[in-house]
Amino acid sequence: MKQTLFLLPALLLGTVAFAQGLDPVLLTKPATDAWPTYSGDYSGRRFSPLTQINQTNIKDLSLAWVSHLTPGPGAPPSPFFRNGPGNPRTIVGGEIDEPVPVRGAGHISGAVLQVNGILYISEPDNAWAVDARDGTILWHYFWKTKGGTHIGNRGMGMYKDWVYFETPDDYLVSLDAKTGKERWHKVISDFNQQYFSTIAPIVIGNHLLVGTADDLDAPGFLQSFDPETGELQWKWYSEPEKMGDPGSETWPNLDAMRHGGAGTWVPGSYDPDLHLYYFGTANPTPAFSGATREGDDLYTSSIVALNVDTGKLAWAFQPSPHDTHDWDAAQTPVIVDGTFAGKPRKLLLDASRNGYFFVLDRTTGEHLLTVPFADTLNWSTGLDKLGRPIRNPNKDASPGGVLVSPPSDGIVNWQPPTYDPQTGLFYVAMEEPYSEYYRTEPNVRALQGLNGVQEQRVGNKGKYIIAIDYKTGKIVWRHLQPSAGEGAENTGLTTTAGKLLFGGDASGNLVAYDPANGNPLWHTHLGRVSNAVETYMLDGRQYILAASGDSLFAFALNF
Amino acid sequence: MLLTEIDFFLQTSAPADRLHWYERRCQPVGADLDREVILYRVNLFLLSLLGLGTIALIAQQPSTPLQDKPAPIPEMPFGSSYPTRAPADPVAVQHGRQIFSANCSFCHGSDARGGEGGPNLIRSQTVLDDKDGELITTVVQNGRPDKGMPKFDLTAAQVATIAAFLHSIPVGGRAQSTGTVDPLVGDPKAGQAYFNGPGKCSSCHSISGDLAGIGAKYTDIRALQNAILSGERRGELVEVGKKTVTVTLPTGQVVEGKLYQIDDFLVSLIDANGDYHSYPRHGAVPKVVVNDPLQPHLDMLQTLKDDDIHNLTAYLVTLK
Repeated sequence: MKQTLFLLPALLLGTVAFAQGLDPVLLTKPATDAWPTYSGDYSGRRFSPLTQINQTNIKDLSLAWVSHLTPGPGAPPSPFFRNGPGNPRTIVGGEIDEPVPVRGAGHISGAVLQVNGILYISEPDNAWAVDARDGTILWHYFWKTKGGTHIGNRGMGMYKDWVYFETPDDYLVSLDAKTGKERWHKVISDFNQQYFSTIAPIVIGNHLLVGTADDLDAPGFLQSFDPETGELQWKWYSEPEKMGDPGSETWPNLDAMRHGGAGTWVPGSYDPDLHLYYFGTANPTPAFSGATREGDDLYTSSIVALNVDTGKLAWAFQPSPHDTHDWDAAQTPVIVDGTFAGKPRKLLLDASRNGYFFVLDRTTGEHLLTVPFADTLNWSTGLDKLGRPIRNPNKDASPGGVLVSPPSDGIVNWQPPTYDPQTGLFYVAMEEPYSEYYRTEPNVRALQGLNGVQEQRVGNKGKYIIAIDYKTGKIVWRHLQPSAGEGAENTGLTTTAGKLLFGGDASGNLVAYDPANGNPLWHTHLGRVSNAVETYMLDGRQYILAASGDSLFAFALNF
Repeated sequence: MLLTEIDFFLQTSAPADRLHWYERRCQPVGADLDREVILYRVNLFLLSLLGLGTIALIAQQPSTPLQDKPAPIPEMPFGSSYPTRAPADPVAVQHGRQIFSANCSFCHGSDARGGEGGPNLIRSQTVLDDKDGELITTVVQNGRPDKGMPKFDLTAAQVATIAAFLHSIPVGGRAQSTGTVDPLVGDPKAGQAYFNGPGKCSSCHSISGDLAGIGAKYTDIRALQNAILSGERRGELVEVGKKTVTVTLPTGQVVEGKLYQIDDFLVSLIDANGDYHSYPRHGAVPKVVVNDPLQPHLDMLQTLKDDDIHNLTAYLVTLK
């Protein structure tokens, strides 16, 4: 039965004339031969059923290839590869003559797609296709930027023969997957209002879901485009559009509500049966003072469920009501069908940046469980009747400073967690830092976006990978990631049926842990692990793919 | 030096800088990028020391004939850049301010940040998209009857000066603060009592010893307070830090030194001679004991009250 299931996409692909195109069937199954969307599949679980690499042979996992991806208008041909194919010429797009120079090296910090043996990779303003068998670059596309916030790019989306990515200056660019040639680009948000766009587009049916973000109080929204034409299908605003609409009672006035922020910058998960798309919205603005936005400020820092055909809100749950610490609720929600309190339930699990773990019924949004998953949290006075942490207003930024855990970076950040159905455990990499938050702007009316506050980390109790039993909220194990200093960023995680949990550690090792207890089983030092591991079968070989800065590393078993 | 330099950086940086710094900070110690950041921060600090003197020197350089070349496009600072408007004629700005004050401030506030009925114009889409008054003129001359805004009998030229005034107000979600706030809010007497009493600070520290003159060492109150909280820990990201480690090898040999790096697979240190040693770790072998002299500072974060922090700062700032 299992084998037939895996063969089905291959048979279908055999009948497709264009071998590079994405068969939509792949999007509805656990990722095995491909990694066709941000989390591998729609569930957000990042669990692979592959077992070729497993606990018994992980010691033989070794490097298959490395590929360095240099961003920019085009690297000069390498003198060392005169006899080889070299790197292909860069295809340049954009609406201005001279791109604004961007500081910093390449940085892969999002999903890499693998479809029919080809990898699709993005960095801000840059996209590549690479042979998944040896890392050879097939094409490189460079977008001449007008500016914007170049904090990262979380990956590409794919539909049939086309790939899509967003640019920091707010364009959605569609490329021909075979050649990297631009098909079209379109404006998705207003650069003058200081929007910037980083999220990986998500393809569901004939919907291309595209988010954006802003640090100047402009409202967040999610748009659905026709992936063929780029035509807008619907647009959902993170805040109600007029007073009187549901949720508007949580804002003092229309002006505050329509400048309430809540960008949409982390891709969500999708339940095909319920037809709902789940994702977390970003912080309200001004971020560090609620003086001009009294109330809960819906639907900022919220987990929301949208009907994917209409863009209408089905339900919302707010992990951080009236967020005053820039915490967002922009984590990957994880879809699990399981039992809760003895009843079978369609669940949604979410470890939020504010340090609380939530279990919701994803059909209705009913709250089932709230537990803190860090020992340091000091900003809440308890839970309200909806299961939401109650903010302690004494922990808002003040002239003399307040000591708060977590800092605005959070207990966790965008890096995805994983759920392993074999252990029934939810895994997330987290840390326990503190910041001192000072309000430095005397005039609360002058607060915009993230400004008016100075924040400094003053200590970190530790970095850990933890395993949570969602049925109780109990932490089953906690593996310390020791480091001399504060160490690298939290890692994204992936589990496999080979009884392996992959992640990075604080000093830049790529590690395979035992999901039962967190013991490390295999590692290699990459210096940094900048995205969550992905895995797939190709030519009968299971690959483990990791990114480190501007480089991709592929691993496979030595046979 | 490095401690102060990083404090300086964090105290003076815009949130955008710090955000980017966070992404950079994510580099493990020793990674190329991290070295780049270290150099950058050191440069930043040195530049800050040179300060106005440097600017004065630059200003005194004779101008060269090359100056008619177009200025290079400024590099995007810390990965975030939005176009800035060219400074407008100050006379037009002042004129626009007067017209705004007389006609618009009643609803939109004298600072244009919103008032009775009128929205905040600083972050309004119309104002942000407007270049020289062309979009604002349409709104002013036609009004917005649906939103209760009347028409105004102002010429396009007059509205252009209003636009010049509005565009002269800095706009940025990651901008620096415009005013100053006094962070010194505590009571020094209460701080002294806490220092010698329940805070148990005096069990490790002495105001005539290690803390002598600490109030003069930090010119920035917030930097002093952060140093109190962290135990001046910040430097550990870019230097060996204050942790020490004792490694007991299977042979019984004991090696001690400053901890350089530790993870599940390796421990490394720099010994008293400055020699670097690294050892693979296999579970409990070799035996590794890390000593963090600042652990009490980390532990106290879980129980410290904000009032106690403010009082301690107010006390220590008096120790000139």
